[in-house]
Amino acid sequence: MADIQTYSHDAGWKNTVLRGLLYLILILFAAYYLFPLIVMISTSLKSLDEIREGSLISLPRVVTFDAWNYAWNEACVGVECTGIKIYFWNSVKMAIPAVLISTFLGAINGYALTKWRFKGANIVFALLLFGCFIPFQVVLLPMSQVLGKLGLASSTPGLVLVHVVYGLCFTTLFFRNYYVSIPDELVKAATIDGAGFFTIFWRIILPISTPIIVVSVIWQFTQIWNDFLFGASFASGANAPMTVALNNIVNTTTGVKQYNVDMAAALLTGLPTLLVYVLAGKYFVRGLTAGSVKG
Amino acid sequence: MGASQSTESNLTASIQRHLSKIVVAPSFAASLFFVYGFILWTGYMAFSKSRMLPVWDWAGLRQYERLWQMERWHVAIENLLIFGGLFIVTCLIIGCLLAVLLDQRIRAEGALRTIFLYPMALSFIVTGTVWKWLLNPGLGLESMMHDLGWTSFKFDWLVNSDMAIYTVVIAAVWQASGFVMAMFLAALRGVDQDIIRAAYMDGASLPRIYFGIIIPSIRPVFLSAIVVLAHLAVKSFDLVIALTGGGPGYSSDLPATFMYTMAFQRNQLGVGAASAMMMLATVMAIIVPYLYSELRGGKKNG
Repeated sequence: MADIQTYSHDAGWKNTVLRGLLYLILILFAAYYLFPLIVMISTSLKSLDEIREGSLISLPRVVTFDAWNYAWNEACVGVECTGIKIYFWNSVKMAIPAVLISTFLGAINGYALTKWRFKGANIVFALLLFGCFIPFQVVLLPMSQVLGKLGLASSTPGLVLVHVVYGLCFTTLFFRNYYVSIPDELVKAATIDGAGFFTIFWRIILPISTPIIVVSVIWQFTQIWNDFLFGASFASGANAPMTVALNNIVNTTTGVKQYNVDMAAALLTGLPTLLVYVLAGKYFVRGLTAGSVKG
Repeated sequence: MGASQSTESNLTASIQRHLSKIVVAPSFAASLFFVYGFILWTGYMAFSKSRMLPVWDWAGLRQYERLWQMERWHVAIENLLIFGGLFIVTCLIIGCLLAVLLDQRIRAEGALRTIFLYPMALSFIVTGTVWKWLLNPGLGLESMMHDLGWTSFKFDWLVNSDMAIYTVVIAAVWQASGFVMAMFLAALRGVDQDIIRAAYMDGASLPRIYFGIIIPSIRPVFLSAIVVLAHLAVKSFDLVIALTGGGPGYSSDLPATFMYTMAFQRNQLGVGAASAMMMLATVMAIIVPYLYSELRGGKKNG
């Protein structure tokens, strides 16, 4: 930390001016980041008439939740006019198993790769890690063929499989890096007491893994909930996840353009991950830096 | 009886010894098949005659030739250079600036940090949807400026085929710059305070402390941020789809959207596969040297 107050050779009044300027710039940036969110909320609470008459920044004169109701219950995705709610549940049904399975596999992989190191463990880890970096376009075509062969094309289980497979490298990375810093003596002492591989994992390792489990769950949930590429490629129609449905609603060319409904649908899609971010921001950032800097 | 017991315990002991490998095996097998196998599969498809359906007839480099003869692919590559370049540079400037400003014992730092970073939690589809609304010439920012009295204000980039790719930059910077800020802030907090104090005692001014000491000492973070952002740029797909749909026409196509269109809409599997391999090569050219230097240059980040 090198701040103006502590490290300045100038007179006091000059510092006060500088600090005022500093806060002004920061507030302007905060406004820049918040502006789209505020417009999104305000537009979603207006009627269509008010949107056409009023300005982007004007707050709704009459607050109405019609657009939210319409987006949730009635909006048309393709030819189906069932609202975005069924796609919301599609995303839930996809995200929960995929997050749990990939996190569990990551934990046990990380444990095996650090505490029961076998010959070649580092090479196995490096090979696994590579999967984090590939542009997914390179697996789209084979994946759609394999999903078709497995009878999982356009289905939620198919998407779960895809997200587990391509999430594994991240979860393994998280847990491996976490377990590396846990002293081996812990495991050695338990082995001498006669505890085996799984006993140690369940009784000793998992109970001290809460922080990294939170990071992994948040990272995976955000990635899977926000995914569009896999959803659009492998699950069209009634099994599509929410991001695909949102894009569909927004880009429907038939009928009157309902901006308020678009915004309500966008907010509904963004709410789960925003909620996670607000409730567990610290872990979110940790996942981002761990997942992106190293992976 | 004693003998059978000992074989049994031998067996359990040997299973115990190999449990670690057994446990990792499914993930490793999945990775071999779904990552490496699929890359080879796509790589082969790019050398085949595949069009509407995948076929295994060898076609040599013909798909790559067709790819590079397509005007649309050249547009996508050019857009990637424009988008990637501007996106990385702008994010670095904003991220670094915000980190330095936040590092001044700011009141409500936590709240500001939360605000700067929240777009990163959103799906690119959500970001694209809201910016599409903000930037639409009829009712968005343009009409807002007109209402405020600036009637000559014109902002039609979204529907202007020369400028559409720049709207993608605007939305992407909004989403990712806060994240770069978080990376820089973490690095700033790690700079050795004693060196700063010593420089100050020697009479160095604050800008000199920043440009002479602090920024050079967090150089590795610049590299990490550039790699992360470049990686994001090459993979950018959702944002373009939601914001411009690659349009007007195909003027804001990126390689990722190009590949998707060829593979899933135009029945050009071979060309799609060839473009996917080009994308993979680009990402590898960025990531492999970086990882190599990271892994060799000590394990300081664990």
